[in-house]
Amino acid sequence: MEHIRLPKVDNVRLLDRISPRRSRVGTLYLTATHTIFVENESGVRNETWVLHSLVCSLEKQAATASGSSLLIHCKNFQVLNFVIPRERECHDVHLSLQRLSQPERPDELYCISYKPNIDAEERRQEWDFLDLRADYRRMGLPNSLWKLSSVNQHYKVSDTYPADLFVPESATPPVIVGSSKFRSRGRFPTLSYYSKENHAAICRSSQPLSGFSARCLEDEQMLEAILRSNPRSDFMYVVDTRPKLNAIANRAAGKGYENEDNYSNIKFQFIGIENIHVMRNSQQKMMEVCELRSPSMSDFLEGLESSGWLKHIKAVLDAGIFIAKAVAEEGVSVLVHCSDGWDRTAQVCSVACVLLDPHYRTLRGLMVLIERDWISFGHKFSHRCNHLQGDPKEVSPVIDQFLECVWQLMEQFPCAFEFNARFLITIHSHIYSCQYGNFIGNNQRERTELGLREKTHSLWSYLWMNRADYINPLYRPDHSQTQGLLRPSTAPYCFKFWRALYNRFDRGMHPRQSVEDYLSAIQEETQQLEEQLASHKQKIAQLEQEQEWSVPQKAVPFDKSPTGWTFCNNLANTPQDYTGGFFTSSPCQPRAPITLQTEESNKTSESILSNGSDQESGIADVSCRSPLSEDSTRDPDSDEAAYSAS
Amino acid sequence: MEFSEHIKTANVEDVVLRQPLHPPGRGTLCITGHHLLFSDREEGSWRQVLLLLRNIDAIEKSVENLLTCSGLFSNAGLSQSGVSRLPGSSGTITIKCKDLRVLQLDIPGMEECLNIARSIETLSCLDSMSELYPFFYRPSNASLRDQWGLSSLERHYSQMKELHDRWRLSTVNRDFSVCPSYPQAVIVPKSTDDDMLEKVAKFRQGGRFPVLCYYHKKNGMVIMRSSQPLTGANRKRCREDEQLLQAVIDGSDKGYIIDTRSSQQALQARMTGGGLESKSCYSSWKRLQRQMERGKALQESLIKLVEACGDESNNMDRWLSKLENSKWLSHVQTALSTAGLLAECVERDGHSVLVHGSEGTDSTLLISTLAQLIMDPSCRTLEGFLTLLEREWVQAGHPFQQRCAHSAHSHARLQQESPVFLLLLDCVWQLWRQFPLALGFSEALLLRLATEAYASDYGTFLGNNQQERCALGVKENTYCLFQALLRPRERDCYSNPLYEHTELAIWPSVHPQSLQLWRGFFLRWTPQTHHLEEAQEEIRNMVIEWGKLALSSCPAST
Repeated sequence: MEHIRLPKVDNVRLLDRISPRRSRVGTLYLTATHTIFVENESGVRNETWVLHSLVCSLEKQAATASGSSLLIHCKNFQVLNFVIPRERECHDVHLSLQRLSQPERPDELYCISYKPNIDAEERRQEWDFLDLRADYRRMGLPNSLWKLSSVNQHYKVSDTYPADLFVPESATPPVIVGSSKFRSRGRFPTLSYYSKENHAAICRSSQPLSGFSARCLEDEQMLEAILRSNPRSDFMYVVDTRPKLNAIANRAAGKGYENEDNYSNIKFQFIGIENIHVMRNSQQKMMEVCELRSPSMSDFLEGLESSGWLKHIKAVLDAGIFIAKAVAEEGVSVLVHCSDGWDRTAQVCSVACVLLDPHYRTLRGLMVLIERDWISFGHKFSHRCNHLQGDPKEVSPVIDQFLECVWQLMEQFPCAFEFNARFLITIHSHIYSCQYGNFIGNNQRERTELGLREKTHSLWSYLWMNRADYINPLYRPDHSQTQGLLRPSTAPYCFKFWRALYNRFDRGMHPRQSVEDYLSAIQEETQQLEEQLASHKQKIAQLEQEQEWSVPQKAVPFDKSPTGWTFCNNLANTPQDYTGGFFTSSPCQPRAPITLQTEESNKTSESILSNGSDQESGIADVSCRSPLSEDSTRDPDSDEAAYSAS
Repeated sequence: MEFSEHIKTANVEDVVLRQPLHPPGRGTLCITGHHLLFSDREEGSWRQVLLLLRNIDAIEKSVENLLTCSGLFSNAGLSQSGVSRLPGSSGTITIKCKDLRVLQLDIPGMEECLNIARSIETLSCLDSMSELYPFFYRPSNASLRDQWGLSSLERHYSQMKELHDRWRLSTVNRDFSVCPSYPQAVIVPKSTDDDMLEKVAKFRQGGRFPVLCYYHKKNGMVIMRSSQPLTGANRKRCREDEQLLQAVIDGSDKGYIIDTRSSQQALQARMTGGGLESKSCYSSWKRLQRQMERGKALQESLIKLVEACGDESNNMDRWLSKLENSKWLSHVQTALSTAGLLAECVERDGHSVLVHGSEGTDSTLLISTLAQLIMDPSCRTLEGFLTLLEREWVQAGHPFQQRCAHSAHSHARLQQESPVFLLLLDCVWQLWRQFPLALGFSEALLLRLATEAYASDYGTFLGNNQQERCALGVKENTYCLFQALLRPRERDCYSNPLYEHTELAIWPSVHPQSLQLWRGFFLRWTPQTHHLEEAQEEIRNMVIEWGKLALSSCPAST
């Protein structure tokens, strides 16, 4: 609270990003956790809530006659442009937000103060919802080839690795420890995924400290052990996900890559995925293109190309495909690393898993996968997502790229994934929101030290409880698309721009009707009808038994429209800016589809309300509550939510 | 002319056919006057491929003779023994179709290969329309006496009772003498008589005087279309033309003219006898210039896009730059936003609009059609859409024969080719993407139309206008595509299972982020499209399943 210099400003304008003429006037409130804009025109109470932890940059622009403009960019790609009447107020809001959006200590994070109405026992159960050991058991581990090692029990061998690690049966502690000393940050080769069908495994590590000629017997033995844990194969792949030049440059610093001559039976391979700095700049460039006010098609495509974003996505997917094919088709184990083994390695291993194993294409499976390959293996969420004030050079959208790879696959295989894009977008949003403890800290050791399990809530159980919102109605576990290895094409034309994420808050850009929601409604109703039918049949059978033919059947009136499906609402839609300013310049236009307008404004509020589920937090100084705050089961976070049957 | 003149080799055995999405097959190739027929007689996998020669856009042939070194004397020896096939010689013909499919035939025998290639080259672009396949196509399940076409302007007019006050049906063009590219009947303001129309026709390029194309029931506003006025360099006027347009406005304060050319283009047109409606002579009309690409530029855009889709370099930068460079999506964006503007003028602003470019047969029809889809729910059903196409494209005189003579692969020198109709289908697809429940037809319909416009069994897209079709007896001697598409089995496949009627206008988003490459068409022959088709199938099944259950739980007895 001490950081709020000014809790309330009146007569603030919120500009529409696409057409600034459509601005809204209201009151701006600053609370401990949110910035809230309450529109006070038009009788309808419209609120826009922005979580402080989602704010990624603030720009105060030079004051004009109408006021001072404050531009807020959020990590979930929302962009808000406020115009505050007095320069002084703008200054205060700016300073307050700057501080509020950049917590300095972990206990200032939103997850610590986020207290939904859940008792302690339930909260503890939340954290038991996902069990990584269960997933290893599902893979058939431990078995005669792989064992659970306790060598890192107290994070002594590698402080960025989890405590539980699977290693080859023949790897002795001295070999592991020796190998870890030859790897950056002690991240020795360990198991990520094991295919019980053919014993091939995906292992991961950091780069070896090979320099120009260094060797390490234990590291060589470690790889040998991995190879031996795949009895049917006489070689293994070692995949360095960096561009060759970067890897060579690392040799000068005493790091580098495996020399094929020193390791028996390895095939070494570079896969050129660029580093975190290139990825950060690339996303930034792409976002600049997304934020252009009215770009021409050429502006957009040229900008998309020069950002290089899709090229990087393709590189990650290509790498995942290489590994998945090695495992599934050749039955060969793969060791994957980059530099530290927590960015590109995490991306590539997890993409490969999604391709390989249908389980990771289910709701629970994807959560487990993120929990294992990202959270437990020490992807540095705090640094990469800039949760705490830190080095901007550590920030990078590495996890965004993984989520996007999954989305690109969903676009190619619409029936193969149990979850929908809303699921990915919600995860994305909460990775950055700091509302849940899952993505806080940089590794397991840090999370344990912070006591997050005791102080925060888990996103996974929240998602699971609301899973009805995240189910892909086209998913068929028995569909041919769903079986075994996915074989996507990575021809450049297969990659699309992910509008639903990057232009998520630009409502005008999205399809006005959702097939998915329609199908979900139908699916639900089909189920109900099937149940009714079954119970009718049962009744008839009963009646037949009782020989009471005279009792008439009670029929269910049927309305040929899925339950709650109000079509007109979904279509509320106004013309786009086709005119290039022509109509506004002519003053005499009666512009008024009145009925539509109210609908539109209602919906806008709903969609701009990001993180509606955040509103459980104790906000004392705002008298009003959003109409959505009552509805904590529903996440109005994704734009699709606004379209869904309501 | 006999087709057999062009067929030296009618049958070849042991040909290997490679086509997308199928494993290669070995079998017999036959060529007839209109078709290429391949039958695969290998055990267990009997199948036939029948390809309309008209669908072939270009072929490439390569022959190799493995005996070239001993060519001299083998020549003599073979001709004596009467064997025409050089042992070991063979050829490959790559066939590039107008529906963007690429097939490859490996033909044993160099001479056979060259013969087949020559036949394809000649027969795939016959000039005489009466020799085209629709005049020979005789399906067993239909009769030539079946109704031809879905509607006529006469019927359209008689159904639109609210028109009758101020509009009349004119048959001034009954013998096509006033405007060769218009149908025999047109709808015009009641106050303009046929003499006036004849005078106005002389003032408009190709005689395309302003006619009514759409009446907006909600507010009585209309869309008119025409060609450019022939004002020329000395700014001629035509009193009747001005009166006709005045009669359109009739009391309301003003109307808009959407000219699909840039101001500069419109002004330049004066030098060649064309021009635009000047402010001083048409004081109650406000002109909006919206440049739309046409003709050759559009064709080249298509060629570039198809080339980009076939690029195998697997390089993202290259793909995006080629996609951008083709400008196809820019044309989609322009078309949709101009149509949006037109609809906005009529629906939201409540003004009547006259649309024209220069000839009034291409971009004019494109945007008037799209605007009607945006505003008018009755155009959005399967039947409504086909009727709209019949009225606004076939009857209104879009020169299909010229525009669709060749597609993206052809090496022939471009003449009048231009993929305006394809651009329309792409724009409609974009609408369908954005409003997946609002259109009563499926993507499959758009794909079918895209194929049929270029090569068809049916007579619907034959000729350039009604006059030509009358002269050829298209109605009497061919079958109607639109009727065929509405037969029960076809209807199942071409209707949108998710369709729900809505009275509201469907305003498309024209942000670049909202527009996508029409993968279903441009990448139709890649395996990825298959997964999407499976998803469509799945959707259809879900709706059917739901429908069945819903029906069975309905009270049957009441």
